[in-house]
Amino acid sequence: MSWTDLKSDLSNSGYVATDPLAMALHISLSLGRPLLLEGPAGVGKTQVAKTLSEIKNTKLIRLQCYEGLDASSAIYEWNYQRQLLAISASKDKSEPKEDEIFSDKYLLRRPLLDAISQEQPPVLLIDEVDRADEEFEAYLLEILSDFQVSIPEMGTIKATSKPHVILTANGARDLSDALRRRCIYSFVEYPDKAAELAILNKHHPHLNVHLAQQIVGFVQALREEELEKVPGVAEMLDWAATIAGLGINDLSDDPLSLHATLVCLLKTQADQASIPTEIAQKLVGKAA
Amino acid sequence: MRLPTKFPTRSETVSERVVDFMAHLRSQGLRLGVSETHLALETLSQINMTNADEVKLALKSVCASDADQYDKFDDMFKAFWFNHTRKIERNEASEKPANKSHWSNLSQNDDEMISSGVGKQDLPDDDGNDGEEASQSGEGKLVASEIYNINKADLREFMKPEDQEKAKLVAEKLARAIRDRRSRRRRSALKGAALDLRKIARKSISTGGMPFKLAKRYKPDRPVHLVAILDVSGSMTVYSRIFLSFLKGLVSADQRTDAYLFHTQLVKISDALRDPDSFRSINQLSMMAQGFGGGTKIGKNIEMFNKQYAAHSVSSRSVVIILSDGYDTDPPEVMSNALARLKKKGCKLIWLNPLKGWKDYQPVASGMAAALPHLDLFAPATTLNDLAALEPHLGRI
Repeated sequence: MSWTDLKSDLSNSGYVATDPLAMALHISLSLGRPLLLEGPAGVGKTQVAKTLSEIKNTKLIRLQCYEGLDASSAIYEWNYQRQLLAISASKDKSEPKEDEIFSDKYLLRRPLLDAISQEQPPVLLIDEVDRADEEFEAYLLEILSDFQVSIPEMGTIKATSKPHVILTANGARDLSDALRRRCIYSFVEYPDKAAELAILNKHHPHLNVHLAQQIVGFVQALREEELEKVPGVAEMLDWAATIAGLGINDLSDDPLSLHATLVCLLKTQADQASIPTEIAQKLVGKAA
Repeated sequence: MRLPTKFPTRSETVSERVVDFMAHLRSQGLRLGVSETHLALETLSQINMTNADEVKLALKSVCASDADQYDKFDDMFKAFWFNHTRKIERNEASEKPANKSHWSNLSQNDDEMISSGVGKQDLPDDDGNDGEEASQSGEGKLVASEIYNINKADLREFMKPEDQEKAKLVAEKLARAIRDRRSRRRRSALKGAALDLRKIARKSISTGGMPFKLAKRYKPDRPVHLVAILDVSGSMTVYSRIFLSFLKGLVSADQRTDAYLFHTQLVKISDALRDPDSFRSINQLSMMAQGFGGGTKIGKNIEMFNKQYAAHSVSSRSVVIILSDGYDTDPPEVMSNALARLKKKGCKLIWLNPLKGWKDYQPVASGMAAALPHLDLFAPATTLNDLAALEPHLGRI
């Protein structure tokens, strides 16, 4: 499969990928390397993984990273309650064997261990990896390079299949060079007008052409404004759905309801205050 | 892995050309090892190698590893494969000072570049009248102009070298005071909010499944992250050099500390400060502080900091230290808004003002007055003792 095939596959599943992104994904798949996606929030980094799992028709295993994420909630944990029960239940009969207590039955598989013990290679999405701390990054390095997990009580568990790994980062913290070096890298930016229009058409094919252009033009113009939180692609789609739902056919028709729908795009109070009705109308004018 | 060449103008093999290209990238500051070269070759086998665009995209995803490199890759690619070398290389050389982290890489990789025949072509072909090796000419010139800059902005008559050394020591002590808090990482067996079931289960085996000994867990203290922003505008010139030493101390005590410097614009200087060679580090700094002694736009710079860096580097565990006298040429609302927004990140704000140590000082400068409500600590920084006295406050914050 070439990268252009991959691109059209993605597009058939509703994801409009840019050339660099499709190429990076293609390379990461064909070389079996993790793919690191960076970029602002709301450009569709997470969606890449979801769409990929659709294309490959496999499971998507997602690990949402957060500060303080540790091995026991990312890799594995023993089911202590069950172990304690087993110990007290077997007390009357015979001494409980340690082997039994520390067997597969009592192991809780967390996303990373789960991902390497699937029959069919899944898509493993490690979301917002920069939110986790450095120690966790170190665990990740081991798993991403060897695809194995060592559990002291059981020994090493090797991957039955190698997952397709996609990491996303927002730049909350600088990632270590070691992690970056193991990954194929791509920086995802806000789509340009044509690409965003294509995305909108994929998701809302029944929207009339003029309105779709107005919507995309408006959001693109809005991104140029001084905002605390710039609206992403998902917000744009929400907004388009709202407008379609309200039966608005032209953005300049009804300034008041247009302004009311902006709650889909502007997510802080300061941002809402900074785009009053007049400015919104001006942006509509720019978009046309 | 020697493939027949697809490049008619040269008689070398693809792998050799790729190796040369990697050397070229390295000379531009990308950190690439042998394994990346190998990966790049493998990548080429996955795509249509005769299509330049495809090759560019593929190598870009393999070789670039952060947003900055990702942006610059296209130029580097063009420079190497399409012989736009000379023009672009010149630009690169003049851009170098902004490229702080690439400084050390450059000198390391000179040898490699010379040994690879093609790499040499990409070097700036200066007329060599400065009597240096070609590979160093670009840098040599920069250093010369830097020294000139330093002299212009020099404050040696105000600050003796011992003072600078002392400032550095004080700063290191402060930073250590903070780091030491982090070392309380021992896991307590007696205190703690949650039960440590893993340990309890383990221990109960020896007592026949009866959990006699209860182990507990607690969340360890997380390190505080320091961000220092230094004003080097005209009114601060007298202090800027000693404060630079202070920042150097802060930064070298902890890898996570960030430092920025602003005059009319904002520059990140933590990497330059971390350079163990202090001569080179000072050279680099004065390059960055080219506006030394210019007008002050505190509000605008903090706003810029919010936009460019704060999203990444400031969190609720950050302590932001601003070193400035608060004389702002912008209207005070700009600064007030910028600080309010920064404060929203949940960080602590400390403002060190060298004027505050003066007798009868009142924060009446409009900028300073506007800033006050947002600050967690407003302290003097006139003498080194003032700085040293900060230690307990930093611990408390």
